[in-house]
Amino acid sequence: MNEQNQPLETIQDIKRIMERSSRFISLSGLSGITAGVFALIGAYFAYDWIYEYDIRFNSQRFTVNDFQNLKMNLLVMAVAVLAAALISALYFTWLRARHTHRQFWDHTSKRLLINLIIPLIAGGLFILAMLQQDEWRFVVPACLLFYGLALVNAGKFTLNEVRYLGYLEIVLGLINTQYIGYGLYFWAAGFGLLHIVYGVFMWWKYERKV
Amino acid sequence: MKNPINGLNKIFDNRIRLGVMSILMVNEEINFNDLKQMLEVTDGNLATHLMNLEDNGYVKVKKGFIGKKTNTTYSLTKAGEKAFTDHILTLENIIRGIK
Repeated sequence: MNEQNQPLETIQDIKRIMERSSRFISLSGLSGITAGVFALIGAYFAYDWIYEYDIRFNSQRFTVNDFQNLKMNLLVMAVAVLAAALISALYFTWLRARHTHRQFWDHTSKRLLINLIIPLIAGGLFILAMLQQDEWRFVVPACLLFYGLALVNAGKFTLNEVRYLGYLEIVLGLINTQYIGYGLYFWAAGFGLLHIVYGVFMWWKYERKV
Repeated sequence: MKNPINGLNKIFDNRIRLGVMSILMVNEEINFNDLKQMLEVTDGNLATHLMNLEDNGYVKVKKGFIGKKTNTTYSLTKAGEKAFTDHILTLENIIRGIK
C-alpha cells in the first residue's frame, strides 16, 4: 500500500516545492482594501479642489497662481496616497508572512518587486514626460494601463489573481481613453473600487480561516 | 516487459536532493541561504547533498561576492535537467501503471 502511494507523494512534494520556491504568496488582501480606501479618500479631496477651482475660475478673483496651487496640491496628494498605500501594503503583507511563518524578504519577494517595479517606473517617467508637454488628458488612462501591465507581469511571481486585477485595470484604462475628462472617476474606480473588491475577495479566499 | 521502476534515478531518492532539484527547475539560479531557508535543513546537510549533485554533474556552482560576503549560487546543468525530467516521467508512468 505504502509503496503504491510513494510515487504520487513524491510528485506532490515536487509540485509543492516548485510552487513555493517560485511564487511569493504572502500578499494580504487587507493591503488591497487599505490601498483602495486611501485612493478613494484622495479622489474625494481631488474632486473637492477641482470643484473649488472651477468656481474661482469663473469668478473675478481668479489669478494665475490658482492653477499652480491646484497642480501642486494634486501632485502632493498623489504622492501621499501612493506612500500610504505602499506602507499599508507592506505592513499587512509583513504581518501575514509572520503569521504564516514564511519569509517576508526572500528571493520570491525580490523577484516579485523587480517585475512589478519595472513597468511602474517606465510608466511613471512616461507620465511625467506627458505632463512636461502639458498633455494631462491621458494621465489617468496611462496610470491605469501601466499599473495593469505591471500587475499582469507580477502575476507570474505571486498569487494568480493579481493578474486578473491587472487585466481589469488595463481594460478600465483603455475605456477611459474614450471618455477623456472623466479621469477622476476612472481613477477612483481603478485604484479605489477595484482594489477594495480585490482585497475583500482575496481576504475571503485565503485569510478568513487563519 | 520493462519494469518502469528501473527508470527511477537513485540520486533523487533522497528528499533533500529531490527538493534542491525541484527548486532549481523553476529558479534559474539560487543561492545557498535561500535553498537552506526553503528546505529547512542545516548547512552541513545541505552542503553534502549539493556536493553529491555537483559530483554527478547535475548542478553547477558559481562562487561570487556581494560586497565582502561570499555568495555561492547554484543552477542546473543540461544533464541535471534531463535526469530530473526523466525521473518525473518515470514516476508518472508508475502512477499510470497502478491505476
